[in-house]
Amino acid sequence: MKRVSAPFTDNVVQELRAGDEVLISGVIYAARDAAHKRMVDLLTRGEPMPFDIKGQVIYYAGPTPTRPGEIIGSAGPTTSYRMDPYAPLLIQHGLKGMIGKGQRTEPVVEAMKKFKAVYFAAVGGAGALIARAVRSNKIVAYEELGPEAVRMLEVVDFPVIVAQDCYGGDLFVEGVKKYSRPSP
Amino acid sequence: MARRTVQTSEVTEKVKQLCMSASWDLDDDLINALKEGLRIEESPTGKQILEQILENARISRETKLPSCQDTGFAIIFLEIGQDVCLEGGDLTEAVYEGVRQGYGEAYLRKSIVDDPAIDRKNTRDNTPAVIHTEIVNGDRVKIVLAAKGGGSENMSGVAMLKPADGIEGVRKFVVERVKKAGGNPCPPIIVGVGIGGTFEKCALLAKKALLRPLGSHHPDKRYAAFETELLREINASGIGPQGLGGRVTALAVHVETFPCHIASLPAAVNINCHASRHKEAII
Repeated sequence: MKRVSAPFTDNVVQELRAGDEVLISGVIYAARDAAHKRMVDLLTRGEPMPFDIKGQVIYYAGPTPTRPGEIIGSAGPTTSYRMDPYAPLLIQHGLKGMIGKGQRTEPVVEAMKKFKAVYFAAVGGAGALIARAVRSNKIVAYEELGPEAVRMLEVVDFPVIVAQDCYGGDLFVEGVKKYSRPSP
Repeated sequence: MARRTVQTSEVTEKVKQLCMSASWDLDDDLINALKEGLRIEESPTGKQILEQILENARISRETKLPSCQDTGFAIIFLEIGQDVCLEGGDLTEAVYEGVRQGYGEAYLRKSIVDDPAIDRKNTRDNTPAVIHTEIVNGDRVKIVLAAKGGGSENMSGVAMLKPADGIEGVRKFVVERVKKAGGNPCPPIIVGVGIGGTFEKCALLAKKALLRPLGSHHPDKRYAAFETELLREINASGIGPQGLGGRVTALAVHVETFPCHIASLPAAVNINCHASRHKEAII
């Protein structure tokens, strides 16, 4: 088990390999479909992002509303490929880590290799468990998007697995290959 | 036979309760299937994921915090007895009101946008619901809720096969669909397969197949065997929990069938994530 602190430097990214089990602590940002569209529109127009993307980790998540007296609602990952049209540009601008579920497509993998970024899988459908790792939760942009608002999250020991690393290592490919059998 | 009166406000109350309990109370058949998965999984990563999923279910039951943040599109199956007389207002609105209250009071996520392709503005109360209504014998109203997540729904599909493709064609379509979905629909998944009917009927059959208790079988032994074979083949794919490699890709495959046209062999696959949330009530 490796422990890393977010935001990331290139060194942190370069030490992670597909298959590593990792606990992330520090500050990460939650954003999903609609927020990605808006952030990429801003970058394309040369306007400032709602937060400085350099070194950051984005968690693809839209939690349930926070109940009174609690920090966050259920907060598991959403499927990552929907962010693939937007991710390469964000990586080019300094995004270092992404947390989600499911495999990324080639343009994202290429950007991860070129600009040094890493993709983690969190356990989809484990939103109540993951919520326990969140220590603070603040909406920093697009509140009007409801569950799709951008949130700054402070996390302690958020459990993830390195799914695709900055060297092209891919647990979705390697893991499946290891356990597939000829059709019965 | 005498008419029995049911107030639509009772429908609202039941729908509300179903929406709330589905979010945190995963059924025992699912928990048992996950435990069995943990027992047979060979991948250490896969085992760890299954342990997290089971721990998550335990926390969710204990705290009533939704097991998954995607608390879904509320899909409501209504079986209305033909001897029931509904009173007290619009039935559709009564269902929507139940969804509105349930998703509101239990702090569930509002995941519905008003217009699909242009505006995509959140409706903020998780309405409308998708309602499938059937008129049946009797004087009861049965309400079944499926809280369906978007990630697994996106991996579903329909194929209008040729009769010559036969059961082998269906097998190929189902297995390819599941392989293509990979880790996206949150495996271990439950695979609903609809065979026969028409374009829309087979899709509905596939969705209804997901409502069956896990591990139950098609009444026709040949299709029951087909379910077992499909499960074995899917679990030989190596996709595993969350698509990161392993033995347990699916917990169950359920097939539903219906007669079809001499020219057709429609087949549909509807995938459910492991957070399979179904609840029912009878009024």
